[in-house]
Amino acid sequence: MGWKRKDLLGMQDLDATEITDVLDTAASMKEIATREIKKVPTLRGKTVVNLFYESSTRTRTSFEIAGKWLSADVINFSASGSSAEKGESLLDTARNIEAMSPDVVVVRHRASGAPALLARHLRCGVINAGDGAHEHPTQALLDLMTIREKKGHLEGLNVTIVGDVAHSRVARSDIFGMRKMGITVTVAGPPTLIPAQCQELGVKVSHRLEEAIAHADVIMMLRLQHERMQGGFIPSIREYSRVWGLSLARLAPCRPDVLIMHPGPVNRGVELAPEVADSRYSVILEQVSNGVAVRMAVLYLLAGSKKA
Amino acid sequence: MSLIIRNGRVVDPSSGIDAQQDVWIADGRIHKVGKALKVPAGVEVIDAASKVVCPGFIDMHVHLREPGFEYKETIASGTRAAAAGGFTAVACMANTFPVNDNRAVTDYILARAKVEGVVRVYPIGAVTRNLEGKQLAEMAEQAEAGCVAFSDDGQCVMNAELYRRAMEYALPFGTPVISHAEDCHLAHDAPMHEGIVSTELGLSGQPGAAEDVMVARDIILAELTGAHLHIAHISTAGAVRLVRDARARGVRVTAEVTPHHLLLTDDAVRSYDPNVKMAPPLRTKRDVEACLEALVDGTIDCVATDHAPHALAEKEGEFAEAANGIVGLETAVPLLLDRLVRPGVLDLPTLVTRLSAAPARLLGLPGGTLAPGAGADVTILDLEQPWSVNPAAFQSRGRNTPFAGFTGTGAPWMTLVGGVKVTP
Repeated sequence: MGWKRKDLLGMQDLDATEITDVLDTAASMKEIATREIKKVPTLRGKTVVNLFYESSTRTRTSFEIAGKWLSADVINFSASGSSAEKGESLLDTARNIEAMSPDVVVVRHRASGAPALLARHLRCGVINAGDGAHEHPTQALLDLMTIREKKGHLEGLNVTIVGDVAHSRVARSDIFGMRKMGITVTVAGPPTLIPAQCQELGVKVSHRLEEAIAHADVIMMLRLQHERMQGGFIPSIREYSRVWGLSLARLAPCRPDVLIMHPGPVNRGVELAPEVADSRYSVILEQVSNGVAVRMAVLYLLAGSKKA
Repeated sequence: MSLIIRNGRVVDPSSGIDAQQDVWIADGRIHKVGKALKVPAGVEVIDAASKVVCPGFIDMHVHLREPGFEYKETIASGTRAAAAGGFTAVACMANTFPVNDNRAVTDYILARAKVEGVVRVYPIGAVTRNLEGKQLAEMAEQAEAGCVAFSDDGQCVMNAELYRRAMEYALPFGTPVISHAEDCHLAHDAPMHEGIVSTELGLSGQPGAAEDVMVARDIILAELTGAHLHIAHISTAGAVRLVRDARARGVRVTAEVTPHHLLLTDDAVRSYDPNVKMAPPLRTKRDVEACLEALVDGTIDCVATDHAPHALAEKEGEFAEAANGIVGLETAVPLLLDRLVRPGVLDLPTLVTRLSAAPARLLGLPGGTLAPGAGADVTILDLEQPWSVNPAAFQSRGRNTPFAGFTGTGAPWMTLVGGVKVTP
């Protein structure tokens, strides 16, 4: 198995077969985490550069572990304390990194489209680890992997995504990916946090939490950024939490086998009541574990299958 | 000094001419237009058989960037670009550095244009000092110095009271006030139009309402003051409707549209190419159709390019951070001929009006006509000339165009200003 594509920029670019390839590959990668010696030689001699312009612990660490378990040399380049702070442009930084001959650049950037820009200019592979409010494809893949593991299949499921959809790259990637896998997606939140013409993405839109989660197989709670009040999107965190926060009481009428997911980091007490985050419904930590497996799969498919 | 343009199809809507005729130019002015004119020996002959001879085109909305941003464009390079694109006159916006908000800057621009400009340059003065929207610029002196209109283009004057005063103050000069209609709160610096494309791309979007709200406000202020309001780069179906309704009521409101708002939609932003980023942003198909319809029926008076050159580094990075604007002087006429006239969306005489007589009338300029006695500003078109857009070959210092690689047929062939051939 191998991929013809050079880059992974978004779920919008992938078809269902490619998504299934990643999930199957990730499932086999997952076994490595259970070994005493967590290392396979698959990417020995390959170089992966983590180019992170936004702070991230989880995603960067996840890519780093994924690369290292596959025996790649993983270099972390974070924007703070680097030439980016001295005013070097994204393209110049990228050209400089390319001059060091990496095989894959994993990029996170606050600007939507930044990975696409790099992909156009770099010969090496580019993996989007989150760009602005656009896409975060490996998150969507790990979400799909977690759901498939727990439910045994994807097609026909109902997934409800709750919260700040407008500013969420996770929501977009989830929507694109889930729709391709035959999942019915509902997005729910106050109208100010639902992006324009959202229905045209093929999702249902709801402005009532109870209604939106009543028949859900999976509830994906999104993180609420504290600065959303400044933009006039919500009046207060307090009110948001009252209206849109998920509590055990609100879960009571839902399906008994409903899964609660969250891309992290969780604002406990804002979008998720602490007892929900720690409940039997929650698969938040499985998501994190699967994140490593999915990123191993993606690195393998992009870098491992290409002959040098 | 005398020359004759022989056997061209003369299209001069202001004189009601669309026929194969000769145009005789003497001493920088149109001397005579007619069939098979007899001229004395020694008069230079330009053979324009199979060409179209029009009054010189006027672009009432360009950014020449000088003074202050000569690394983007200069009066010399910008006017060369104009001539190459078939324009014999341009009106340049005030957002230079320093801002053209006083007579000294106006004088400077006109002096440079006299020395280095190859087409006529008409400065547009700022409405407010330093484009800050706080205090009126010295409009009376600027009008005296030669400003033909007033605008804070690039910025919207958000203070309605101040804008009302600007409209009133400008009344005696007979100059329009040109509105960059964009409610900055509704637009909130969003780099593209709000809709399904912005939703998919995860870029923040500004609704068409950001333009509509301000066009509505400005129309109401024009009605209050009796001023001539001109809407720059109109781009939404809503704004078009507002202008159409206001004109039906007799409000003195006019409007221009850019070629890119007639030819591209927000779909183009899917490339994240900063060369499709401009203010106002590219809109939807529905908006494009409304603008086309309004251009045909005359609700939109003219086409203007909003020629906005930038350096490469300002237009090659992240979309949200790239500068707004694209160059237009060298692509406008070929694009309009191929994409609108050739398929019959707009007939040639109407396009010629929208590019010559209309802007001349709006700004009170001489020109826009081939009537005897008028300055001999002439644009000659070759409707069969194939072209492809190659930014590297531009006269403009700006290469920032979304039309690179576009091909078509029909282009400017020759440009004369005051009877003097400036291109080719």
